[in-house]
Amino acid sequence: MKRTNLILLGIALLLAILPLILPVTRGLQEPFAGADGQGMQAVTAIAPDYKPWFSPVWEPPSGEIEGLLFALQAALGSGLLGYYLGLRRGQTQRRKADQDQDRLNAGD
Amino acid sequence: MHIAEGFLPPLHAAAWTAISLPFVVAGARRVNRLMREQPQTKLLLAASGAFAFVLSALKLPSVTGSCSHATGTGLGAILFGPSVMALLGTIVLVFQALLLAHGGLTTLGANVFSMAIAGPWVAYAVFHGAQSLRAPLAVSVFLAAMLGDWATYLTTAGQLAIAFPDPASGIGGALLKFIAVYMPTQLPLAVIEGLLTVVVVNLLNQYSRDELDELAFASEAAK
Repeated sequence: MKRTNLILLGIALLLAILPLILPVTRGLQEPFAGADGQGMQAVTAIAPDYKPWFSPVWEPPSGEIEGLLFALQAALGSGLLGYYLGLRRGQTQRRKADQDQDRLNAGD
Repeated sequence: MHIAEGFLPPLHAAAWTAISLPFVVAGARRVNRLMREQPQTKLLLAASGAFAFVLSALKLPSVTGSCSHATGTGLGAILFGPSVMALLGTIVLVFQALLLAHGGLTTLGANVFSMAIAGPWVAYAVFHGAQSLRAPLAVSVFLAAMLGDWATYLTTAGQLAIAFPDPASGIGGALLKFIAVYMPTQLPLAVIEGLLTVVVVNLLNQYSRDELDELAFASEAAK
């Protein structure tokens, strides 16, 4: 199972890295632009007169702060997920060790 | 899939909010009942929400030369049922709308509908469809997460097409345009989401069998 997981993670990593290596951005004005932003550009292309009627209540004051908050989001998520999986892995190992011990004792 | 703040006309924004609200309320009640009746699954629920939190923060490069992000909502949907994801996904989207100016409050209802309702329900339906056809667990999980991800972006394309029909070709023409913006980018990213979801389910099967049994998740596969 461990090998399967490593292979799956390897493929996922490859899929994320390949676009950075392959010449996929050739001829693009803005390499690796966000699809969300492109979606809003498509709105403006279809309805040039449309004006967004509400603006964000707060915006990160710089790209650095935006990066900080995105990193915070990822860190909170992966931290909690890692805590959970580590906890359960430890509990499973502990239970197994206890069972082995019980079996040893019963054999005495 | 984030429709930016103010980018849906007021009527559309209000309609999507009204459509999504009952799902989020039902999700909150479902989470409440889970806490009360199966408190031992509390931490797994938090971990499922955490998976959506981290995956939706990572903007990944795609073969189209653009970037987008996965949703991470398939995992919780197949473990706990789709309704809990309406609540967990809303928490993610509110965080991004308030702190990252990503998405928005006026478009929250529409974004909740695509990421926290449509995606999870499709993932849930695909998972159970595949399981009833006796597909292996990993294949069912992979298909559920991947198709749930695509469903989210297709929904966004549909929402924008309804709000902004093409002057010449109408809603259908606009739909094709928005699909052309979102879907090619999303094709490989949804595969990544599927693979990562399978890895997490493999780990859960190994270390959290008690909780999965409590949730009656894929019990045949464990035998």
